[in-house]
Amino acid sequence: MALIELKHVVGGYGGAPILNGVDIAIEQSDIGVIVGPNGAGKSTTLKAIFGLLKVMGGTITFAGEEITNSLPDRLVPKGLSFVPQEKNVFTSMTVEENLEMGAFTRTDDFSDTMGWVYQMFPILREKRRQPAGELSGGQRQMVAMGRALMSKPRLLMLDEPSAGLSPRYVIEIFETIVKINGEGVGILMVEQNARQALAFASRGFVLANGQNRFTGTGQELIADPEVARSFLGG
Amino acid sequence: MDELIFFINRVLISGTVLGSIYALGAIGITLIFGILRFAHFAHGDMMTMGAFIAFVLAGVLASAGIVTPLPTGVVVLPVAMVLAAIIALGIDKSFYAPLRQRGARPVTLLIASIGVTLMIQGVIRLIFGSGTRSFFADETKDIFRIDMSWAGAQRPISVTEPQVIMFVVTALLVVALHLFLTRSRLGKAMRAMADNADLAQVSGINTALVVRVTWVIAGSLACVAGTMLALDVALMPDLAFNIVLPIFAAAIVGGLGHAYGAIVGGFLIAFAETLAVFNWTAVLRPLNAVLPEGMALPPNLSLVPTEYKLTVAFIILVITLLARPTGIFKGAST
Repeated sequence: MALIELKHVVGGYGGAPILNGVDIAIEQSDIGVIVGPNGAGKSTTLKAIFGLLKVMGGTITFAGEEITNSLPDRLVPKGLSFVPQEKNVFTSMTVEENLEMGAFTRTDDFSDTMGWVYQMFPILREKRRQPAGELSGGQRQMVAMGRALMSKPRLLMLDEPSAGLSPRYVIEIFETIVKINGEGVGILMVEQNARQALAFASRGFVLANGQNRFTGTGQELIADPEVARSFLGG
Repeated sequence: MDELIFFINRVLISGTVLGSIYALGAIGITLIFGILRFAHFAHGDMMTMGAFIAFVLAGVLASAGIVTPLPTGVVVLPVAMVLAAIIALGIDKSFYAPLRQRGARPVTLLIASIGVTLMIQGVIRLIFGSGTRSFFADETKDIFRIDMSWAGAQRPISVTEPQVIMFVVTALLVVALHLFLTRSRLGKAMRAMADNADLAQVSGINTALVVRVTWVIAGSLACVAGTMLALDVALMPDLAFNIVLPIFAAAIVGGLGHAYGAIVGGFLIAFAETLAVFNWTAVLRPLNAVLPEGMALPPNLSLVPTEYKLTVAFIILVITLLARPTGIFKGAST
């Protein structure tokens, strides 16, 4: 059974739909990468899963349970987590407080999880008393991912985690994502650096105009001449 | 020496009293702005309402023949705070929440809160009439006079019992609020939501719960501020409506959305006001002896006549908005 499955999802912000039938299915062991041109509905797909916009048609199931149009405060305890592309840290709060907010829905002791996050991002332990707003772009992205991991998710969704980062940080973030996946967290991410991201994706989805155009493993998509010509810049 | 005592009585004590009231009111305004992103104009009337709740409870206590060592208005305060918080939640649920659900803009909510202002004042006038009432009709207001004759002063430092209680209560509430915002899970969630409401939602924070907590804090602190004001002066239907503008100024000067800023702003505005209306001749009178003949100090030497006290808050507000629009502590600029 797929961890997350979107069946012909139609949705938008009221008015004309942006998603016109998106199909996505990934396992907990997968790294799923959504690529496509601007306005294809990549970020919108993640937001539709997370209840941040209205799904007007189709169904979304998570671990066999239908979650269409559920709100985040119900989805986070079920094991979904989302890192938005922008404004994804609480700038006035310390790094540690940011992480605590990620664990808001948990009532158990989360110090183990915090240790795990600090192990994943050692720099955050060093800066844990510092306001997140004072950190560099790459470090903020780590805070954002760390916050999302604090709920111990089964599926981590990332909206363009490499956006605006220097090439050195892009590689570091991608390596961390692979490592997080290696610890049993399913990944579903949207990426502009399509070729680089598909290289480590076990599932790739090419969207255009709010619909699936190509689906396959990352390597298959990279090898497909049509995908390469139309979506990966030759 | 008497001049100094006069200064302490008129500026230090009065300023601290006024500052405590402004601070407690401004905390509510700043928290509501931080969480719900609108200027809650009816906050002054929530203060007045809290004072009337305390007044009714004090009346009940007095008619039951219960005599307390502290002023009854203070004894009933915890119960009055609870009632005021419940009413604040009710007002949000009936008037503001439906507008929020329809995605109303902040201006719409501001205007709705002006409506709530008129409504609260109307209800109070309907029940209690428009006259002035006192908590101390059947009770004496104790005044502590600290004899300063050892320092060569004839005048004592005088402070009333409600004023002393107010200093203590304000200090305790500020410490409690600080601990809540920095130590508790819900307090941190409140700061998170004020910082970035979308991300708070994405993190799974129960934003509806945070909104309710905000009203409970704002409503109960407004009740304390209003009751303290009524204990210090008198109780009337437009008691706090008259000071809602300096309270807003305090919240903005401190940095909107920033609780500590509201406290600092409250005391800043209060001291600026008391210093501006203070008659400096009273302190400078000894200079008359050294001034040449015919050049005596005028009998009244205050920067601003008392009836124009309100302008002080506005001048500070204008300067703040020009020089540092986000306030002393960096608040929200929207």
